[in-house]
Order: sequence, then structure tokens, then C-alpha cells
Amino acid sequence: MNTRTYVLLPAALAFSGAAFFSGCKPKQVVVAPVQSGVAEKVYVAPGKHDEFYNIVSGGFSGGVAVYGLPSGRLFRQIPVFSQHPESGYGYTEETKALLNTSYGPQFWDDQHHTSLSTTKGEHDGRWIFANANNTPRIARISLQTFRTEEIIEIPNSSGNHSSPFVTENTEYTVAGTRFAYPLDDEGSSPDVPINTYKENFKSTVSFVAVDPQHGRMNVAFQVLLPGVDIDLARAGKLKSHGWVFFSCYNSELAHTLLEVNASQKDKDFIVAINWKKAEEYVKAGQGRKSRTKYCHNVLDEGTHTATSTVKEEVIVLDAAKLPGIAYLMPCPKSPHGCDTDPTGSYIVGSGKLAALIPVFSFDKMLAAIEKKDHEGEFMGLPVLKYESVLHGEVKKPGLGPLHTEFDGKGFAYTSFFVTSEIVKWNIQTLQVVDRQPTFYSVGHLTVPGGPTTKPHGKYAIAYNKITKDRYLPTGPELTQSAQLYDISGEKMKLLLDFPTVGEPHYAEAIPAALVAPKSKKFYKIEDNRHPYVTKSEKDARVVREGNVVRVYMTAIRSHVAPDNIEGVKLGDTVYFHVTNLEQDWDVPHGFAIKGLGAELLIMPGETATLKYVPTRVGIAPFYCTDFCSALHQEMQGYLRVSPANSRVPLTFGLGDTAK
Amino acid sequence: MKRASCFACASVLGLLLAACGREHPASAPSSATPPAAAPAPAGQAAVADNESQKDIVKVAVGSAAHSTLVTAVQAAGLVDVLANTGPFTVFAPTNDAFKKLPVGTVESLLKPAGRETLRDILQYHVAVAVYRPEMLKDGMTLNMANGDNVKISVKDGKITLNGVATVVGTVPAANGIVHVVDGVLTPPGAR
Repeated sequence: MNTRTYVLLPAALAFSGAAFFSGCKPKQVVVAPVQSGVAEKVYVAPGKHDEFYNIVSGGFSGGVAVYGLPSGRLFRQIPVFSQHPESGYGYTEETKALLNTSYGPQFWDDQHHTSLSTTKGEHDGRWIFANANNTPRIARISLQTFRTEEIIEIPNSSGNHSSPFVTENTEYTVAGTRFAYPLDDEGSSPDVPINTYKENFKSTVSFVAVDPQHGRMNVAFQVLLPGVDIDLARAGKLKSHGWVFFSCYNSELAHTLLEVNASQKDKDFIVAINWKKAEEYVKAGQGRKSRTKYCHNVLDEGTHTATSTVKEEVIVLDAAKLPGIAYLMPCPKSPHGCDTDPTGSYIVGSGKLAALIPVFSFDKMLAAIEKKDHEGEFMGLPVLKYESVLHGEVKKPGLGPLHTEFDGKGFAYTSFFVTSEIVKWNIQTLQVVDRQPTFYSVGHLTVPGGPTTKPHGKYAIAYNKITKDRYLPTGPELTQSAQLYDISGEKMKLLLDFPTVGEPHYAEAIPAALVAPKSKKFYKIEDNRHPYVTKSEKDARVVREGNVVRVYMTAIRSHVAPDNIEGVKLGDTVYFHVTNLEQDWDVPHGFAIKGLGAELLIMPGETATLKYVPTRVGIAPFYCTDFCSALHQEMQGYLRVSPANSRVPLTFGLGDTAK
Repeated sequence: MKRASCFACASVLGLLLAACGREHPASAPSSATPPAAAPAPAGQAAVADNESQKDIVKVAVGSAAHSTLVTAVQAAGLVDVLANTGPFTVFAPTNDAFKKLPVGTVESLLKPAGRETLRDILQYHVAVAVYRPEMLKDGMTLNMANGDNVKISVKDGKITLNGVATVVGTVPAANGIVHVVDGVLTPPGAR
């Protein structure tokens, strides 16, 4: 760094304690425009339920969090791409396989966006899809159990950011490459100099088919694209059903200091993908069968156990060689959000460095494609003329537009990071009708049903990137700040701040009525097909298989069976297969044994397994970790660990009297 | 080095105004206050924090040579924006730079009627990125926050924008970097 050019701040400029600037604000400042009647709008009386579930991505925490709206109360953290001590996710033998990837198990990933399943473009209350950004994957979460049921790795991709947005009938959930790279299938040469980016680095967008019955995912095909950074996506709907629109930045194809080098061009692109056309090419056998490895992990609800299989093939369609799959729409200044309105007529691009918001017309896009109204080509792909595909521009809306949601009443709500505000504008007239500040620096925003054909409206929620002084401070690390706005009137009204677990990116909100009635209360013990289930206490037992000792354990208020176990030796591997025999709502049992840094939390009717390798001779107490009853403290037992060469026979019991 | 710091405004602390930190919530207007009368809620600029590295607003406020700029930023309602996360590169004209404008220009820009033009001009001095001096190359184009471009020329180590404003000093800030310039840039729309 050329420090000569720095004229460092004179010491005198350093502020001394009390000295603080002003003139920065009018004297009279308030925390928020407190208005009468606001409290009633977010107050949910004790025992009453919220109107909406807010399904919020967990960012660097790797999971998904569930809140109620309008109260902002946190109900649940659903572990997805990270181990989660609260539930044993990723620690139990049953769930470990869910975190498998072709790179081996991944215990922590970065979860950015949620997408709720839709039928005919409307929320159907079946599944949550969630993306892993780092090691590219998509997860499917059940809205009956709020558990991760399936995770599929995305081959030939990295930085899966533009994901997991679903198509109108959840035919597909999509994925895309934020970090172009030399693909890792057999046709690629992965070990290349980074400065051969332009020649060797590629991107793909993937279409992951979702089985309409059981939701199982399968990477149906990938579309090969130039090495731009695919950023976000939204499927077309109604008239634009059959298309998915992906934003991209770095059409400069920079590979270093993107902060500067990827901001050189006036326009990047929105990539319009005609997936019905792509399906035709796949059917006609025009795709290349790419050999590569990726994991597909599925949780079987009957066995309560996940299995992981390695897949070795994926179909790749080269967009530059197969006409009609991909068209580029120029979009100003590094577009980020790319959102389609409820009618499917308009595509809103949010150039995060742009001073305007371009709104593209689907009809005009089709016409431009028909007329071959191109302004040129980009690496073999047709670039449509900006003016020809443009519905219009929202002028001077704010600085740093990121994302747009819709209320179904003809209005769009765009978040602005740099100016820290939500701006409401009319989709037809492109006029700004209202703006409200957020505290501080909003990223994503949500309107319930905002991405569907029938938004539920009523609220907008801002997910802010900066919290600073909004709550009581907790040291350098602060909670994340979400804010709830009433959008039922002409002007937006700030109602509530609520803290969220880190770090929300995109979220959706769905009426509770579509989800709550189907919520599972417990697992039926008669349906439990776990290979090591113990369906009644009389079957509880301990079995030695060479050096492996299997404890078939049951848990019911207020004991585990067996609770005295002897004959385990150093060198053994012990599996505690614990079945919770309760068939009652909200009576989980836990299990922990001294000297092992993992636990179980077992739902009623479920079987979960903890692997334990004793490391010292002695008595290891075990107990229930979830307060289950008045005699929870008595729910305990002992395991005797003897030396490797001991002849202590394997015995177990419950209720024997001490000698 | 030899380039004198325009921030040799050592004693500006005395000029600093009273604290404008966020008031306690209890002091917010009661629900009886009609909404229309409620003042605009404070943004990040009002966060009470005199321990962290100074943001661009605080850097500017701390420089006596930039009082005109600070007044303009306040009048344009950009204080909170420049206290936000950024990152920003701000080309900060000195008071002397503003004095080079035709007589009465600043005064008219500071009036409510001049607000939009003023915003346009000020945003023409802001880029959303951190351009350290060595990253500014001869012939480079910077896209500024108002949507227009600025042309960079570098000659004998001197960085000049649009041929009218030369960088005379640089101050890093928490949310970006401030390059002090000796001229005011006029965006194409205001020419």
C-alpha cells in the first residue's frame, strides 16, 4: 500500500471522551415515530396465537428460524446445514448422514434464503426449501414436523446463492453459481491458474426437480453459463410460468478485488432461462452427461434415520450451443435482487450500485426475443436491447436497492441498503409513494406471500444488517434486528423491533392457518421402523456384537430401561438406541452420559442413537436431560466400564435392589 | 509526506457542537403527539458511540475546513446515509473549494428549493466502494452514487477528478475513505 498518499488524521481530530459531534441532526430526535394504537397491533395475548409464521433464513448459523407475526416471538430454530446441540441434529447416528457431502461431512454452512412450496403460485403449506451457500446444497424441510427431511448437493457449482427459489407449482427449486470456477466434472480441468478465469471459469444454474407427492429432490439438469456471478433468482408465474430469472454481476469477469473490478461496466445482466425449452433439449437427449460426484441425503420418517447416497451423473445443457434456453437482459450496476411481481408480468432488477430501479416487461421480453431485438452477444448468449425489454425505471428511489416484495395491490416494496429504507412504489406508474427508514441498513425484506401470485400483504418485515444501539448491548456481538411495518394503509408504519438469531437473509411469511392444523404432535410408536427400536419396556436389553455393545433403551416418565448396565469394557463401542415410548404431545426425553460431549433429544415415539466410546474405567452415570416430569431428577442410571481384559459379564436391569 | 494535510485543523475540537446522541426512549413524544408532528426518527448518525473509529460524517464534522460541506450534507438530508455501513469513497470539497463557485451558489443550494440539486451534487461526490489513492488510476471512470460518472486523471502523483478537483489529502474512516479535494464537481445534470 502506498502510504505516502495518506495524510493521517491529525491527533487533534481524535475525539476526546465527551466531545461528540452535533449539527448532525436537529436537536429533537426520537427513537421511532411512536404512534397511538401501535402496541395493540403487535400484541398477542398470552395463550393466543400469531397470525403468520415467519420462516427466516439463519445465515451464518446454518439453520432456519421460525417466528410468529406480528409478535416477533421466536418459536423454533430448525437445524439444516449446521449441527445443532439443542436437538442433537448432526450428533445423532440418525442425522449425521444429512450433513454428508462429496467433501465429507460439513458441520457448519451458511444458509441464505428460504422458499416455501407453492401450487399454482400460491403457498400450499407443505415444505420449506433452504440453500447452503458455501458447499452448494438445497434442503427440504417438512412443515408438518419442522425438520430437515432431505439435502441434495449441487454438483458443478460453488457459492449457491441464487437458491432455492421454487417455480409456480414447485416443479423445481433452483440453484446457481455465485463464484464461477472451473467446474469439477470429468470434462473440466480444475487445476488452472486463477488468472485464466476468462478461459476456464464457468457458472451453472441448476434445476432441481421436486416430486409432487413426497417432495424428493433430483438434479434434473444444469445450464452452463459464462463465468459471471449468478446472484439471485425468481421464477416466472402465470404468464411467465416456464421461465426463471437470475440476476448476475461481474460480467467484467474479474477474479480479484471485485469491490472495484466488478463495478466497471454500466450494466450487468438478468439471465432469463426458459426451462420448458431446456426440458425439451433434455428429452431430445441434447444434454451432456457430466460425470461428477454429489451426495443426496434423505431422512426416512419411518426409520427416523437418514441415509446418504452418492450420485455420479448430471445432465448439462450448454446455453451458448443450444439456442432458446438463455437470454440476457442488460441491468444497471451489479444487480442483486431479481423479483417477479404477482402477475408475472414484471421483473424488477435491483442494481445495488444503481441510482434507479429498472422494471422489465415479460411481454416486451418475449417480443424482443421474437424479433431478435439484440444489442449484441455476451460469450455466445444473445443480449436483448435494454430499451426494448424495459417497462420503465423508478427514478431516484434511493441508494443501494437490494430486494423487492409485493402486496398484491399493485405496489412494490424495495429495500435500500445504503440509504437504509424501504421504499413503496407503484408498479404501473413507477412513482414512489412512500418511504420509511429502517434501523439500520436493511438487507432483505418480506411481505407475507410477497413472492407468490396471491400476496397476503398486511406487513413488511425488514431484516437489518446493523443493530448497534437498538437493544441493550451485549458486548461486541449483538443480536440481529428485524423490524415489522404495517403496510395495510397508504403509508407504512413501523410497529415493532424484534431480535433474530443470526443472520437473517431472505425470509417468507405464511398464514398460520395453512400450516398449524397439519403440525405433527408425536410419532406413532406403531409406525416406528427404526432397525434398533424398542417398542416396549420388556424388550429393553443390551446386546454384545464383538466389540460393539448395543443398548436397546426405552424412556418413559420417569425412568430409562435398562438403568443399570455392567460388562462394558474399554475398547468397546457402545450405541445407546433410545426410544421415547411416550405417545403424548410435548413430552420429549433427553439422554446424556458422563464423559461424552453429545446428547440426545428424543421426541415421543422416536428412536435416536448416541455413539459412546468409553475412555476410562469406572461408573458412568447417565440421565434424562429434558425436564419431563416431577420425577425427572430420578430419571437416571449407571453404566459400569471395566478394563479391556475384565471378565465382568454383560448384565443389565431395571428395578433390582442394591445388595 | 510533503503534501500538507488540509486537516491541519488541529483545534477544531473546540468547534465541535454539543452531543446529538440519541435521546432516551422515554423522551420520545407521547402517543398524544399527532404523528405528523413527530420529528423524523434518528438514523445511524445518532448512535451514541465515541469509542469506535469515526465514520465519514464524524470525520467531516471534525474538520474545520469542511464546515460548508457539513452544512450541505445536513441540508440535503444525507447525514444518516454517510453514517451508514457504506463502504463509501467521499471526495470532500473544502470550504475554499466551495468559495470558488459563483457567488450565491451555495446559499441557493442550501435553500429548500435547491435540495434536489444539492443532493445530486453531493451524491456526485460519493462512490459506493473504497477507492484508496493507489487504486485511482489515470483514465479510470468512477460511477458515483447519483448515477453519473467521474473521470480520473493522475499526473505526477496528483489525482484529479473531471479536471477540476485535485485530491489534496486522504483520511480513512470507519465506513470508507475521505479524499479531500480542492474543487467542487458538477454533475452532468446540473451543468
